[in-house]
Amino acid sequence: MVTETTLPMAGTPSNLNRAGLAKNDYRGNPTTLCQGCGHNSISNQIITALYEMDIVPEDVLKFSGIGCSSKSPTYFLNRTFGFNSLHGRMPSIATGALFATPNMRGIAVSGDGDTASIGMGQFKHVMRRNVNMVYIIENNGVYGLTKGQFSATAEKGLQLKKQGENPYMPVDICMEAIISNASFVARSFAGNPKQVKELLKAALSHKGIAVLDIISPCVTFNDGATAYHSYAWGKEHEQPLHEISYIPPRNEIMLEREMEAGEIREVALHDGSHVILKNLEHGYDPTNKEEALRISNEAAQNNWLLTGLIYVNPEKPTLTETYNLLDTIPLNRLTEADLRPDKAVLEKVNSLMF
Amino acid sequence: MQKKINDFSITVGTKNGSGSSTANNTILRAIFKMGIPVSGKNLFPSNIQGLPTWYTIRVNKDGFIARQESNDIVIAINPDSFAKDLASVSAGGAFFYADDIKFGINRTDIAIYPLPIKSLVRADTSIPSDFRDLVGNMIYVGALAYMINMDLETIHTALSFHFKGKQKPIDMNFNMVKVGADYAKNNFEKKDPFYLEPMDATKDLIMTDGNTAAAIGSIFGGIQFAAWYPITPASSLAEAVIDYLPMLRKREDGKKTYAVIQAEDELAALGMAIGAGWAGLRAMTSSSGPGISLMTEFAGLAYYAEVPVVIWDIQRIGPSTGLPTRTSQADLTFVYSIGHGDTQTIILLPGTLDECFEFGWKSFDIAERLQTPVFVLSDLDIGMNQWMSKPFQYPDVPMDRGKVLWEKDLEELKGNWGRYLDKDGDGIPYRTIPGNKHPTSAYFTRGTGHDEYARYTEDSDVYIRNMERLKKKFESAKNFMPKPVLREVKGADIGILAFGSTENAILEAQHLLDKENGTKSDFLRLRALPFTDEVTKFIETHEQIMVVEQNRDGQMYKILLAEYPQFAMKFKSVAFHDGLPASATWVRDGILEKYSASSEQKAVSAKKKASVKKNAKVAKPSSKSKKEAKKK
Repeated sequence: MVTETTLPMAGTPSNLNRAGLAKNDYRGNPTTLCQGCGHNSISNQIITALYEMDIVPEDVLKFSGIGCSSKSPTYFLNRTFGFNSLHGRMPSIATGALFATPNMRGIAVSGDGDTASIGMGQFKHVMRRNVNMVYIIENNGVYGLTKGQFSATAEKGLQLKKQGENPYMPVDICMEAIISNASFVARSFAGNPKQVKELLKAALSHKGIAVLDIISPCVTFNDGATAYHSYAWGKEHEQPLHEISYIPPRNEIMLEREMEAGEIREVALHDGSHVILKNLEHGYDPTNKEEALRISNEAAQNNWLLTGLIYVNPEKPTLTETYNLLDTIPLNRLTEADLRPDKAVLEKVNSLMF
Repeated sequence: MQKKINDFSITVGTKNGSGSSTANNTILRAIFKMGIPVSGKNLFPSNIQGLPTWYTIRVNKDGFIARQESNDIVIAINPDSFAKDLASVSAGGAFFYADDIKFGINRTDIAIYPLPIKSLVRADTSIPSDFRDLVGNMIYVGALAYMINMDLETIHTALSFHFKGKQKPIDMNFNMVKVGADYAKNNFEKKDPFYLEPMDATKDLIMTDGNTAAAIGSIFGGIQFAAWYPITPASSLAEAVIDYLPMLRKREDGKKTYAVIQAEDELAALGMAIGAGWAGLRAMTSSSGPGISLMTEFAGLAYYAEVPVVIWDIQRIGPSTGLPTRTSQADLTFVYSIGHGDTQTIILLPGTLDECFEFGWKSFDIAERLQTPVFVLSDLDIGMNQWMSKPFQYPDVPMDRGKVLWEKDLEELKGNWGRYLDKDGDGIPYRTIPGNKHPTSAYFTRGTGHDEYARYTEDSDVYIRNMERLKKKFESAKNFMPKPVLREVKGADIGILAFGSTENAILEAQHLLDKENGTKSDFLRLRALPFTDEVTKFIETHEQIMVVEQNRDGQMYKILLAEYPQFAMKFKSVAFHDGLPASATWVRDGILEKYSASSEQKAVSAKKKASVKKNAKVAKPSSKSKKEAKKK
């Protein structure tokens, strides 16, 4: 990640960021998802967030599983290595890959089927390991590529064309993440792009796993006006916990003086950036885990689409930090001299073998 | 009574979890240190504590150390298996037992040595009561030692090794050995013919297990990442990696150049290893049948997306959970084409401990060179039992990291490269590794259809081109496979083709066939799939080829039939699947059953001993082989 504070040279075209890159350098291939798909809007916010944060594309790794959502890493960051893996198995691929270059940040995109059904096991374990990546769930309550089956996040009672009525209670991805000791958990709504972008920036600045459960309507199979995961219902019912603003490390934080105490909360992230939360719902404190679980449960019981930063612990060590790895050079640049013990060591080994 | 020196077997029947493995390993190591060729096989149940378990030791001056089916000396400590143990002693054998087991002994054809283990241990008040059972095992070690002339000094050496030089347990156990030896000296009259005499045959050898050898080999191969999930008989491989890495790859700054993760299951274990391999680390996982089944999905991805990774399969008997603690070679056909769709797998087949070490490092070279999963098929016998071995040999070639392009390479190519482009005509493409800062370095890896530039495509022509290239890559793989080991004699009647841990049994069976039947054989031990030219040559130059393996269906036999249909009639399947380490008598009998003398003259010249058994079976096949001769 680029954190240098030099400003662009005089005469540099103003559309270049501090990494010297234009927004186009962050784009991917044209999307092949449906027109109006919430996932496309999220891809655009990923492009914008990375561009605005001056992150070099080669410093990021993209991961995904299988499904509509998992196709989307093709639609952003062409200059970034990506691994479109297996259904529900993306977390393990990302876990292994991020050991090779522990300073790189992972951006993983999954869906509600990929995460909450077939991939629930790996999802829970990647949370508890605090792998250093942003884990986005593009959550639409439905299987798109296989044409409209219920997913595990579909609300009870949802009616779908071929499936009839969903008889089961939904999985709440954010609650699952918090219970599994995730260190950053947020929910957002693709119909609220500003919040998506600010949360993405905060997630990218967070050290460790950052879960973004983004309600991302499927315009083809699950966009009925009364469906929890639809645009219309979301626009009507979204209840932000707070107004969130991301403040990058190099900026002075300007508190708006007219805010009254209790109306604003500031959370410092590990890389020196901050998030400012305004207009707090009941003075909500996202660093309090019990409170996070309580409010998530209340929202689930009452069918509220509660969005914002639900829980954050900025100080939890990442997986690779717990391994005391060599940090002067990425492990994947080591050579035989570093990796193969010399002959004398083998002689010692042989002498130890009785 | 004629003495039998350095040529007998010892079997100890105990309860699982009673601490007898320390005692049994002590016997094994002490004999090894006396310079006598020896092997030890642990026949244990899938259980933590309580079920019967046996440990069988083979002592053989000629170096034949495959499991011996008959028991010359039996030591019975477990009341539950007492009757079976007593019945298992060969006529003229010796039987030691714990005399607190009250059971009528009705055999007069063996030497009987009752041991008052409990009272002897109690008599030593310095031993804490909760240690009595553990230490009590040393009574039979001492008694046996006295009766067969095992050197007490070498027992002390073995105990020092076992307890890593810790004086207290060494003393406590060694005292009990002496008590046992004294008891035997004062109470037993030698009535059996078995004796040890020091030799000089093991001086340059080491002793360990295959999983440890594999782990250390991996470390000398520069392992950087391992992910695993506990399973018998593979766990000890990953645990040895964890044990030895800090010692063998220590850095002055205390930083680590490796990571080992215990994954949530085998799917995740291989997934993590593939992620690491994709990102440029030397990565591996280790498991056994049930775990390999779970890894199938990821193995197919790594084959198609061309990711280097090493997978050790310490085979046990399936199907399903099978017999979790019994050995097998039955994962072969499964692994050879693991994954749905058309796949081909590189398989290494270690047959000795030093090969476990060698393939430990070599598997990484091959995986990175070919950018594909490399499976190493070991088994429970070689993985978990203590084997004598040549010392590990330092890698004779530098690490081969394969075709990797870094920033300066891409600069030279002006960014003109394709991840799956067959630039060299060998089917092996070039790859870049995450962290490469060149703007043209990145590509998108997927298990879906892709073109030469790693772009998504469903185009039929591109699909076929890619799959044909993968096939070509598998052909190129033959240049990097370990060559088979050929043992030839003059005028061999048959060829034996086998692989893995059956080598000792086969070498001994060859000896028996020659001595008893006058049947001479050549032996080719395969060390890898795909087959190399040496295999073809062996098949071409032998009329009858016995394919010896440990599974029900003759899996290697089937692979040979498929790969060499023109020679199909030459192959005979000699397969068995009782889950026990191979024995020479089994191999011999299996070969005799399938063997047909190729001409009448040979049948006549065969020694009398075999002719009784063989002739009935020979009649038909030999007329068949005449027909074959006519066709030619």
